[in-house]
Amino acid sequence: MKIRSIKKIEKRSTSSCCPPSSSCCPPAAPAATEKPPCCGPPATTRGGAISEEVPGFLRWLPTASGRVPQIATELTWSDHLGACKARWGIGRMHYLVPPGLYAIGSPDADAPVLVTANYKMSYDILRRTLHGRNLWLLVLETFGVNVWCAAGKGTFGTGELLTQINASNLAAIVNHRQLILPILGAPGVAAHEIKKQSGFTVRYGTIRAADLPAYLDNGLVTTPAMRELTFSLYERLVLLPVEIVHAAKSAAIITLLLFLLGYFSSGSTAAGRMIFAYLGALYTGIVVGPLLLPWLPGRSFAVKGASVGLLWALLCYQLIGGDLNIPQTLAAFLALPAVSAFYTLNFTGCTTYTSPNGVKKEMRLAMPLMGLAILVSGVLLAVGQWLVGKG
Amino acid sequence: MKDFHYLKNVTTLQLQKERCIGCGRCLEVCPHQVFVLQGTKAAIALRDDCMECGACQLNCPVTAISVDAGVGCATGLINDWLSEHNLRAPGGDCCS
Repeated sequence: MKIRSIKKIEKRSTSSCCPPSSSCCPPAAPAATEKPPCCGPPATTRGGAISEEVPGFLRWLPTASGRVPQIATELTWSDHLGACKARWGIGRMHYLVPPGLYAIGSPDADAPVLVTANYKMSYDILRRTLHGRNLWLLVLETFGVNVWCAAGKGTFGTGELLTQINASNLAAIVNHRQLILPILGAPGVAAHEIKKQSGFTVRYGTIRAADLPAYLDNGLVTTPAMRELTFSLYERLVLLPVEIVHAAKSAAIITLLLFLLGYFSSGSTAAGRMIFAYLGALYTGIVVGPLLLPWLPGRSFAVKGASVGLLWALLCYQLIGGDLNIPQTLAAFLALPAVSAFYTLNFTGCTTYTSPNGVKKEMRLAMPLMGLAILVSGVLLAVGQWLVGKG
Repeated sequence: MKDFHYLKNVTTLQLQKERCIGCGRCLEVCPHQVFVLQGTKAAIALRDDCMECGACQLNCPVTAISVDAGVGCATGLINDWLSEHNLRAPGGDCCS
């Protein structure tokens, strides 16, 4: 989520995917730094060093240990544009801020310290949410990945938190020994290790950044609602653009193959119909499946995707399938749900409630069935074509 | 998460009660309220809601909890499988 912000003190990563409400990627094993998991290319882009160029820089604030940048809590037009682009996967791998300590308002030595990732969307959501308050923001180097996904990868982790506590000389800047972390950062951070090695106590605050003001005003008490994940229609919606972008390459290749296949077997009309049916099934799986998630039957994402794909097959048949023969019709009703099922199954990477072993179980069953459906569908199409030629 | 529930009987979550010291950390870090405190020990109340994120395991100071945490998206699993077989993935990364 995958991001994802709605989710954590930042988040969402949409997948990374993620932030404000996203989450795109379910966490990998906390220690799995040797093998970058699902989520995108190996994260190697670093945030650099804090300077006057950091987003929202206002002025330098002197502290007991050097100066800290005070940052604005109002976002600019370009911050919003950047977030929008990141949602569409544009420049997302370079959408980050330098790690280190920042000041929101004019914090003193007793002000709370919040910890977040250096994904710029996380940073922006947090500073905007904390408008009018005085506190410290400790940003970890997560290579521009949101809290949830970075915790899964272990980059929002125990080692990096200790590194930043030391690098910022936090112990000299604040009197207390308490850090507030997003709950969705917990898969990467061992609180007792932080305490043992730095003396700082970790408190897991809230899931969503939006709940932080209430949490801070509530004497740092997390209410049940603050630890309850949500996955609303809007939270799902903001995750979809990057999914569409990610699928574009394979969609283009398959579209080309379908065109060649259709064109040389039965002309451009047939090719156009196949492409229309395929792209419809693709977007049904990527967009409609996730949006209708809670209302589709079953718990399995493949089943949910197949059921909404079946609806698409029916609609498609009504629209353009009037003159199909029986094998061709069967082919459409086999292949289209399989395509939708694949893409909806892939959305498991963007949720914050699907477990890796559950997804594995689904895939072991669903992938062979999808492959078989496509294969049989291809045979049926060939038979249908042969019947057309014969008739 | 009240409105969303994934597959039943798949989570690898295990709690060794005899080790538990009842500190409550697992209740604090679990985003799905899987744990409850029963007296001075944690207990698993909503096993099927576990998404295997691994937060409880990592934050348990007495290693009473184990779970096979990992990547949960289909593309990631396909990519892992492809790389195990020394093949290159054809396009996608799942999330970022």
